[in-house]
Amino acid sequence: MKMGDARNRKFVVTKLYNLPKGEEFVLESGVALSELKIAYETYGELNRAKTNAVLICHALSGDAHAAGYHAGEKTPGWWDPMIGPGKAFDTDRYFVVCSNVIGGCKGSSGPNSMNPDTGRPYGLSFPIISVRDMVNAQKKLIDFFGIKKLLSVCGGSMGGMQALQWAVDHPGSVASCIPIAATYKHSAQQIAFDEVGRQAIMADPSWNGGDYYSSEHPSRGLSVARMIGHITYMSNESMDQKFGRMLKKGKLGYEFTSEFEVEGYLRYRGDTFVKRFDANSYLYVTKAMDYFDLQKDGKLSHVFKGIGARFLAIAFSSDWLYPPAQSREIVKALKMNGIDVTYCEITSDYGHDAFLLESDEQTKLIKHFLDRTRKQGKAR
Amino acid sequence: MISAKREELRFDHKVIGDMIEPGSTVLDMGCGTGDLLEYLTDNKDVKGSGVEISEDAIYACVEKGLSVSHGDIDSGLREYPDKLFNYVIFNQTMQQVQRPREAIREALRVGERVIIGFPNFCHIKARFQIFLGGHVPVTPSLPYTWYNTPNLHFLSIKDFRVFCREQKIKIGKSVFLAEDRIVRSLPNLFALNAIFQISSSRKESNDHTG
Repeated sequence: MKMGDARNRKFVVTKLYNLPKGEEFVLESGVALSELKIAYETYGELNRAKTNAVLICHALSGDAHAAGYHAGEKTPGWWDPMIGPGKAFDTDRYFVVCSNVIGGCKGSSGPNSMNPDTGRPYGLSFPIISVRDMVNAQKKLIDFFGIKKLLSVCGGSMGGMQALQWAVDHPGSVASCIPIAATYKHSAQQIAFDEVGRQAIMADPSWNGGDYYSSEHPSRGLSVARMIGHITYMSNESMDQKFGRMLKKGKLGYEFTSEFEVEGYLRYRGDTFVKRFDANSYLYVTKAMDYFDLQKDGKLSHVFKGIGARFLAIAFSSDWLYPPAQSREIVKALKMNGIDVTYCEITSDYGHDAFLLESDEQTKLIKHFLDRTRKQGKAR
Repeated sequence: MISAKREELRFDHKVIGDMIEPGSTVLDMGCGTGDLLEYLTDNKDVKGSGVEISEDAIYACVEKGLSVSHGDIDSGLREYPDKLFNYVIFNQTMQQVQRPREAIREALRVGERVIIGFPNFCHIKARFQIFLGGHVPVTPSLPYTWYNTPNLHFLSIKDFRVFCREQKIKIGKSVFLAEDRIVRSLPNLFALNAIFQISSSRKESNDHTG
């Protein structure tokens, strides 16, 4: 990092929204929560007419800290190359909001939150949540700001699922939608990978049926879950380029230690992940993704009927976890409804991770797409 | 919106613009960097979108504020419902699709009218080059050699008229071009490019039931 950057660092803080006392938050399952906390961050200024708000939805392991720096931290938010002055989500122009999903572990209500009835963390007594619940929680936050219509709702991976759910559930509140590396329903393969991750956590004796907050956490299980996740986020090409068959010590040791670079990398990613993520949240959030199915038993094109928002769908050529074919199905269903849609499959070797890495290409698309959306809104 | 910088207006774009009712909906198949769509948006107030295979061209289109879909022109039309657009345009791209007859049928399904612009293979220069030169013709509208041409199909103005007759396709308008002027006599000999506006001659069955 250059010296100049440190001085120009934009410091941000995570804030907390509380559902007003006496209100209930009813989940898709029918269960009602008497308390709802939403951790969020904002960047840029909301204009007087409240027409310049953009909601960013995060992926499985993300949080509200999408951009800028927290005081004392060396790394910026998870999508910092995309959010800021002059960037794709230009904070000189837009009011950007990002909140932690319900079920998460970074400040919003989730299994590691205090259960008001028991005074102890919920653990598995936290109700199962869905992508729709995540979106409804975000809607509470957007209502709190007094925003009637979001200029755009955008996200990658699970964030893209939320963006789609927003457009379908709240068509009047969304002027544009940007699903990136997303799907309209979790496929058998996607569910399968999630289930292996969950089983890794549950097989860890420390997991203890989800009740571990006052003892040792199931770090081994969560770490393995994250390792599996990372394999699915990369492509064969990117793994080969990064590690190949490189050995950490330069020669084979004929022992069961982490000898290959790729093994060391996965273990490192797993170990750093357990420091920042809650194992129960991993269960809840992956479950929500597995439940995600906009199509249900009907035709996908019927799901998008009557939506006025314009769309920008982005996929990545080497993404095999959320392959471009799934994005193309979304685009096709939108076209069948005569909905204004732009689609681009960005050539990239980074696999699913590309949505966090290919900032230049995404900027080219999102910056101008938002600009056009803004101008169309003014013309109306 | 008028962009500050614009390449010199292409004559064929103006001709196509003259075939289009202001305020129409347009789908440009193989829209490239979106110059035609931008011209039609600015001057004919069309609501346009495009289909394009090149990723870089997609970026250029989005920068122009256009809606464009990354895909190939052979399968791209299948994704649209019947008569979604007033016009479907294939400008200089029909000769590059795998199966032109199916593509034109699909275009007539998706659009009320279809505009097709293509290079005339039987221009007098081309005829001389084959007859006297003994080589595959290279003309201003067919500037490629056999090994680098994107064109899969070669047709003349006459060929296209015959095709329309056989397929019971109605030719609404036709304009023939040589460089930057319109050719009025013997187009199959003197026109480098042709632009046809066509439509289904038989009414769609749902027109009767409606």
